[in-house]
Amino acid sequence: MVGAITWQAIADGLGLGAIYALMAVGIGLVFGVLRLVNFAYGQLIMAGAFALAVAAERGWPRWVGIALCFGVVLALSFAMERLVFRPLRAQSPAVMLVATFAVAFLLQSIALLWFGPLGKIAASFAELNQPVTIRDVDVRKITIVAIVAAAACLGVLLVLLGRTAIGLHMRAAAMDFQTARLIGVDANRVIGAAVLISGLLAGVIAVLLTVQTPLVTPDFALRDTIVVLAGVVLGGMNRLLSATLGGFAIGFVSGLLGGALPTDQSQYLPSFLFVAVILVLLVRPDGLFARRGDAVVQRV
Amino acid sequence: MRWSYLIGPAALVALAGLVGSLFERSTEIYFINTLVALVVVLALYLFVGNSGVVSFGHVAFVALGAWTAGVLTIPAEEKTALLPSLFPWLAERQSGNLVSLLAAAAVGAVFAALVGLPLMRLSGLAAGIATFGVLEITHNVLRYYEKIGPGTTAFSSVPETTDLLQATIGGLIAVLAAFAYQNSRFGRQLRATREDPAAARAVGISVYRQRLLSFALSGAVAGFAGGLYVHLLPLTTEEVYLNLTFITLAMLVIGGLTSLWGAVVGALAVGGLDSLLAEAENGIGTFGRTIDLPAGSRIVVVGALMALVLILRPNGLTGGRELRLPRRRTA
Repeated sequence: MVGAITWQAIADGLGLGAIYALMAVGIGLVFGVLRLVNFAYGQLIMAGAFALAVAAERGWPRWVGIALCFGVVLALSFAMERLVFRPLRAQSPAVMLVATFAVAFLLQSIALLWFGPLGKIAASFAELNQPVTIRDVDVRKITIVAIVAAAACLGVLLVLLGRTAIGLHMRAAAMDFQTARLIGVDANRVIGAAVLISGLLAGVIAVLLTVQTPLVTPDFALRDTIVVLAGVVLGGMNRLLSATLGGFAIGFVSGLLGGALPTDQSQYLPSFLFVAVILVLLVRPDGLFARRGDAVVQRV
Repeated sequence: MRWSYLIGPAALVALAGLVGSLFERSTEIYFINTLVALVVVLALYLFVGNSGVVSFGHVAFVALGAWTAGVLTIPAEEKTALLPSLFPWLAERQSGNLVSLLAAAAVGAVFAALVGLPLMRLSGLAAGIATFGVLEITHNVLRYYEKIGPGTTAFSSVPETTDLLQATIGGLIAVLAAFAYQNSRFGRQLRATREDPAAARAVGISVYRQRLLSFALSGAVAGFAGGLYVHLLPLTTEEVYLNLTFITLAMLVIGGLTSLWGAVVGALAVGGLDSLLAEAENGIGTFGRTIDLPAGSRIVVVGALMALVLILRPNGLTGGRELRLPRRRTA
């Protein structure tokens, strides 16, 4: 694996890492309150991306496209929570994981029926793909936008979780749902808040990802979700921070190597990535960034 | 040991084969497909059903079995032209149908055992993601490594020996293997760890060892299924990847995760429904329509059904129980 690790590749890695970190937060928030790994998170993003593509195709203004994207993603998030997560809340996490796997395939095949396998192009933000030159390094504008947007989202989230009543409730629920309910945390409200925030993040990610890859197909964001899930487990599912760090790390590494390796090696990138994930899991099954002595209750 | 637990599933498989033989070739193929999928479901059941640990990685063993059997049975004189970058020791070899199926099962078992050696120490979510990793790695390597197979292109010139009879026999062998395992002391020990790991440990069962044994055994069945697949149609890496993982998991969950009867009922029910939908689309649809339309709509129905079953009957259609024949009461 001798490749040129250039500033260019590092910039790509940071951009991808930022997006993956946001995805990790979206998955981790819902996991915190529901102990449910949402396999269908990528399909939420896909739906939002298709909304953007349709808006672009019809020539609607950008803000309409973004509004449509958020509307679709949020509606789907709440529908998913109400129709699938809620009836399954009492089930074992393994059942829930398989159920979201089913939902993911359902949404993907609906998109296939609706839009066809070739997909659509969401090109309303194409100019963000132009590079700007910073000290001889060409950085795409979207990379900077992604990093700034991720930092902003995480900052807002930090304030929300740390400084508001609902944030406190969510943290309490993530630690111990039963006890939190006993001392007056409203279960549906907390879950609703987590689904809402996770849906909003999916909307942001949809906008960012469509700029990076404007071609939206039914399997849009599927690969990313798989990699992020690995990253989340790699980092440590039990704390939001470690999950986010895991997501960022795996995004950074895959962006970096994807840019630095020659093609005949980078085609094996998924293998390198997952071998690394498996190796880490063997040494630290609770995750790379998990605190030592954390009481681990994994019930999948 | 209750023999009805074996006779029920086996009779159902035999019945599927018999009914299939009544149809002409164009319909028969649905039965063959379903029976081969059944073998994959049984492999999955052997591990997931008995251990309670979800695996997304079994299709990797199917893929590897398919590659083994495919590469072994392509006629040697065509191999140099079809797969020019193959390892010499693979290119020289050519074997018959049965040998290739056995080799597929052996490779599946060895690979599963090797992978399981480290992975079976994990449980819970980590195990799920790690087995998914195995699928990703296998898919990725088979897709690009042309020294062991056709890479991105489809297998061609593999003798199409998987007919209805062979698929039915394959299904019966898999049923028998699953039955024999779950009634052995190893199967019972693994089921004990599924119900209560702590209690199982307390009576001296090694969770790790039992899971590993079951994983290797189910790897053998999965590899065998892969052998059947490659002798059925010109296979590519995409056929033994996420879609197959989804559909076989759906079959198992819809039928009922924890019983052999459930695995067989689920596989045949979902396979039958899937075939009906495909046939209906062909029958009604005009040729002007795109091919992708029916392919998508089938998964919509199966996906919706799977979600519905999970919500309404989380233990599957059979409730995860074995078939009990009504007993004659002795007065």
